[in-house]
Amino acid sequence: MANPFYSGRRRRNGVWTVLCYSATIFGLAWLALILGALLWKGVEGLSLDVFTKSTAPPGVVGGLLNSIVGSLIQAGIGLAIGAPLGILAGTYLAEYGGGSRLATVVRFINDILLSAPSIVVGLFIYELLVVPVGHFSALAGGVALAVIGAPIMVRTTEDMLNLVPNQLREAASALGMPRSLVIRHIAYKAVRSGLVTGVLLAIARMTGETAPLIFTALGNSLFTLNPTGPMSSLPLIIYEFARSPYAEQQKLAWSGALLLTFAVLALSVSARALSAQAQQR
Amino acid sequence: MSATAIPAASVHSSTMDRARALGRLKFTDTSFYWMTIGSALIVLILLLGVAISLFVGAWPAFREFGFNFLISDAWSPPKEKFGAATAIYGTLVTSIIAMLIAVPVGLGVAVFLTELCWAPLRRPIGVAIELLAGIPSIIYGIWGAYYFRPVMQEYIQPFLIATLGNIPGIGFLFAGPPFGYGVLTAGLVLAVMILPFITAISRDVFDTVPPVLKEAAYGVGATTFEVVGNVVIPYTRVGVIGGVMLALGRALGETMAVTFVIGNATKIQTSILAQGTTISAMIANQFADADPGLFTSSLLALGFILFVLTFLVLAAARWMLARMELK
Repeated sequence: MANPFYSGRRRRNGVWTVLCYSATIFGLAWLALILGALLWKGVEGLSLDVFTKSTAPPGVVGGLLNSIVGSLIQAGIGLAIGAPLGILAGTYLAEYGGGSRLATVVRFINDILLSAPSIVVGLFIYELLVVPVGHFSALAGGVALAVIGAPIMVRTTEDMLNLVPNQLREAASALGMPRSLVIRHIAYKAVRSGLVTGVLLAIARMTGETAPLIFTALGNSLFTLNPTGPMSSLPLIIYEFARSPYAEQQKLAWSGALLLTFAVLALSVSARALSAQAQQR
Repeated sequence: MSATAIPAASVHSSTMDRARALGRLKFTDTSFYWMTIGSALIVLILLLGVAISLFVGAWPAFREFGFNFLISDAWSPPKEKFGAATAIYGTLVTSIIAMLIAVPVGLGVAVFLTELCWAPLRRPIGVAIELLAGIPSIIYGIWGAYYFRPVMQEYIQPFLIATLGNIPGIGFLFAGPPFGYGVLTAGLVLAVMILPFITAISRDVFDTVPPVLKEAAYGVGATTFEVVGNVVIPYTRVGVIGGVMLALGRALGETMAVTFVIGNATKIQTSILAQGTTISAMIANQFADADPGLFTSSLLALGFILFVLTFLVLAAARWMLARMELK
């Protein structure tokens, strides 16, 4: 039963199957290679000093304390500005805007902001907050991160609010609840874990950004809590130390890279788990 | 919450209290509405603000060099001669290399996940590929510079020079010594970075194909790949192209991963093994040293060009994905 037409089709199918398998292995191999290198190089430099000392000039034992604290502060500023903005704008899109022209335009623009190059956002905040003030600041860095994080929260808030069944809103309205109370006490509560998902994803994205901070927070080798001055952060210190000729600074860069990656991946994995939970309900 | 709680009615003036409570509710209701619409408007203003502020900052360079800025490959801070051609060229070439690799591989993974993969493994493998998208770009940069660049220099580039470099017609693409740093290395790192975007979106649009259509094709005896090629891909074409464009938008604007491995040479070279630069790498590298004036303005002009370029690509991508959703 050797039908040449049929065996040709089967062979082609086999070749494509193998190619798809190898594409997947190729993708997974990169993940393994990158995470493996991070663990290999990063663990080597980890010590208590990394968490208790600030960055130091070559020759002096230093750590990453100022960068870790700087990253937390700037992500905090970004969140304080970006979260209300993103959640409220997402609420407008889902609850009030619907298919109106304004909502359509905002949705489209938000989708573009979502994947706009972060370096461009950095230049924008540089023009807006660094040039007029005359010096770099952690505040400007935080605002740049807010611009990057807000669109993520707009998107998840809208998507999540759209999952709330309309009967729930109608039941609340029928009891005489005004619209804003329905949203805040019924809709938000129903999708609380979904909103948290958006916030976690935004924090993950903001913590990993480097490009916009170069022009805004600049970096600082000293420990500082002052948001109106330049401030260090993990991505910035990796950027600086990875290109340093000194072995101990390179080691710190890898330790920082390890901390940063696992923080970011832990955030996005927990966000994913939460959203899977939210959608199951 | 406490502000909206209706106060306990007092005995003698319950109608008064009722009116006051209703008034307060109405007030919180309208102010909440205006807060949401205000936030939505801020999102609009942000994008507009990016465009305007970059254009204003770039204006001195545009006024000085005019249209020539786009096509000149000069980049000489001491002579105050600036042109964007080198950076635009590098941006396009690295993105093309990245797309050439990431599109077939990304689609292959998506087909694997939707058609071939054993169901219990589908989710873990999907999440693992998405983790690639979660890794910060600076990590790709440091990894590319320390691990990938030496491999390129020792093995891949000498191999390319010895084989493809001798083929007349395309040999010039693979000319020159193996530096390790270069346009090809940057393109390959970019490919790994955008691969998960292509996979994630293709998988989602592949999942929108009605199972009836696929079952009908299988029913008449089609092989898996005849089903993918003749049913799934034609049905989802617009969405797949949208996803690919979205990934292209990412590749065009990516900064950190590229800066570490491209070599940052401000010269156009035809060999893809040679060092080069991209718009974003150039801005990241030179901004700190730029004097205010024409130099800074030229870097902002580069930023503006990048913004316009990615805006067009992303807008087209979103338009296509929106068309896909209508189906």
